[in-house]
Amino acid sequence: MEDAVVVKDLTRVFGDFVAVDRVSFSVKRGEIFGFLGPNGAGKSTTIRMLNGILMPTSGQAHVLGFDIYTQVDRIKENIGYMSQKFSLYDDLKVIENIEFYGGIYQVAKQKRQQRYEWALRMAGLTDKREAITGALAVGWKQRLALGCALLHEPQVLFLDEPTSGVDPKSRRDFWDLIGEIADRGTTVFVTTHYMDEAEHCDRLGLIYRARLITIGTPEELKYGSMPGTVVEVEASDPVRAADLVRNVNGVLEAAVFGANLHVVVRDKKEGIRTISRVLAGAAIEVTSIRPIEPSLEDVFVSLIRSEDLADENGARDAAGS
Amino acid sequence: MNEHAIQTKGLVKRYEAVCAVDGLDLTVQRGEVFGLIGPDGAGKTTTMRMLAGVLRPDGGQALVLGSDVIGNPEQVKEKIGYMSQRFGLYEDLTVAENIDFYADLYLVGRKEREARFKRLMEFSRLGPFLGRLAGKLSGGMKQKLGLACALIHTPDLLLLDEPTNGVDPVSRREFWKILYDLLAEGVTIFISTPYMDEADRCHRVGIMEKGKLLISDTPEGIRKGMKTRIIEIKCANPKKAVALLQKMEGVADVVFFGDKIHISVRSQKPDESSIRKFLEKQDTEPRSVRAITPSLEDVFFELSDRP
Repeated sequence: MEDAVVVKDLTRVFGDFVAVDRVSFSVKRGEIFGFLGPNGAGKSTTIRMLNGILMPTSGQAHVLGFDIYTQVDRIKENIGYMSQKFSLYDDLKVIENIEFYGGIYQVAKQKRQQRYEWALRMAGLTDKREAITGALAVGWKQRLALGCALLHEPQVLFLDEPTSGVDPKSRRDFWDLIGEIADRGTTVFVTTHYMDEAEHCDRLGLIYRARLITIGTPEELKYGSMPGTVVEVEASDPVRAADLVRNVNGVLEAAVFGANLHVVVRDKKEGIRTISRVLAGAAIEVTSIRPIEPSLEDVFVSLIRSEDLADENGARDAAGS
Repeated sequence: MNEHAIQTKGLVKRYEAVCAVDGLDLTVQRGEVFGLIGPDGAGKTTTMRMLAGVLRPDGGQALVLGSDVIGNPEQVKEKIGYMSQRFGLYEDLTVAENIDFYADLYLVGRKEREARFKRLMEFSRLGPFLGRLAGKLSGGMKQKLGLACALIHTPDLLLLDEPTNGVDPVSRREFWKILYDLLAEGVTIFISTPYMDEADRCHRVGIMEKGKLLISDTPEGIRKGMKTRIIEIKCANPKKAVALLQKMEGVADVVFFGDKIHISVRSQKPDESSIRKFLEKQDTEPRSVRAITPSLEDVFFELSDRP
């Protein structure tokens, strides 16, 4: 079977601004694919093109084998979309929201009742079918929105920051549900700013300044893409220590975490040696210094920093030549 | 000046039948970053608003920088900077106009204003965007502008209500760098967040649920007090392993990630070796089974599961 999403050299230009720049990747069927990137990097533009809402400037993309230029209607029939705002009517009852979306997605008449009951059961809202939607806790609303997005049994589900503002318990339940949905063969394409959520994905793509800068499993990203080693330093004055270390050659990034700092160094041994020396020279006491497993946030931030650095060097080279 | 930055005793706020804040005892020392973490509806925003002197408590006491929030809310407002979840910006005003507006509001004198303005531009790097409408800024920049406005009158204490909601990791790191710079200048920071991973950036955290403080300590201290052990498993057949582990005795919770499984164990057994043996017998081919440092989210689950 072909991949659920196949994108090749996809580009979108607004005036003289390149929002998406020759992006290529593919998403397998049944995969949970996380699409990460800072605000304005090109995430939403890419999703809007894949959903058939926005025409690309150039490049190709197929969703479930359908061409995004010529088969937009077929794509729309076969995908589900849930935004961070949930798009529910607060003054309608739970069941009325489901019926409303059943109409919009044109769920076949003979199937409707069965799908509505399924959505209620999946969301755990069977007892609350008559409740006013606005009165539900955020976690329930989120599951209701998910149920609505799945009424027409889409083969690809797009989730745009689905858990913004949702509490930890509901978030865990939500990800359990997403796992079950993917197990049944639905492809899930999700954007998030939260790295602990990215850990739930099978594969991740990171988009920055319109370009896809890395793609892989969370583990591949941590051990393959990371442009250095993360060293945890316990020091007497972490804020001052971070400022000192940040300007040292071979240090890509330094961030304070309470009483510690996380420093990303290009070379592990040399980095540790240099940090120790610089901090000792400034009379900052170091109680421990050791390499740690990078978090996805470390990977994400470091990749972006080295991208910025490469751009600066490129600009300097161009100016010098 | 050795009193606490914040001290509350039995603080209560009710909304009709709901007790949003239910007898809160909280101490924040000067010069620390204190994080109030907890789910939506735990009472974080209500607490924040009472401490800012904009919401009157129904019971208990609260002293903020030595001033009483019930008896003297105006005095409290002068000494603190408060950034609400919406950042309190006027979207149809420019960046510079927003800052000026707050300077007027706080009666910042002309001379002082200029110096302060310069300093705020240095750390926020909003300089190039002074003429831009606040409504046209990105999430990360709005957040920085909100912070600049809250700092215009040089407060000793900053109250930040979920400032990093919906902000990407890079902007989030930059924002925290600014907070640590302020801390180095002697500002005390009280910040709320629904994201447990953010708590590790605080000196001390309080975990709040249903209007009550469940615990308050350093992140390390909180982890040490945990009864739950978290064990990470990587294996060839994770989906089968998840189903098996869910039924294993002594396993309180199973969370499946893309390429690994985390289980919570609340007693001595099962341990790493017995889990490994169990999984090997069931042909799930475990590659690695090891105890890992629990996240504060794990701590939250343990605490909120208690009767």
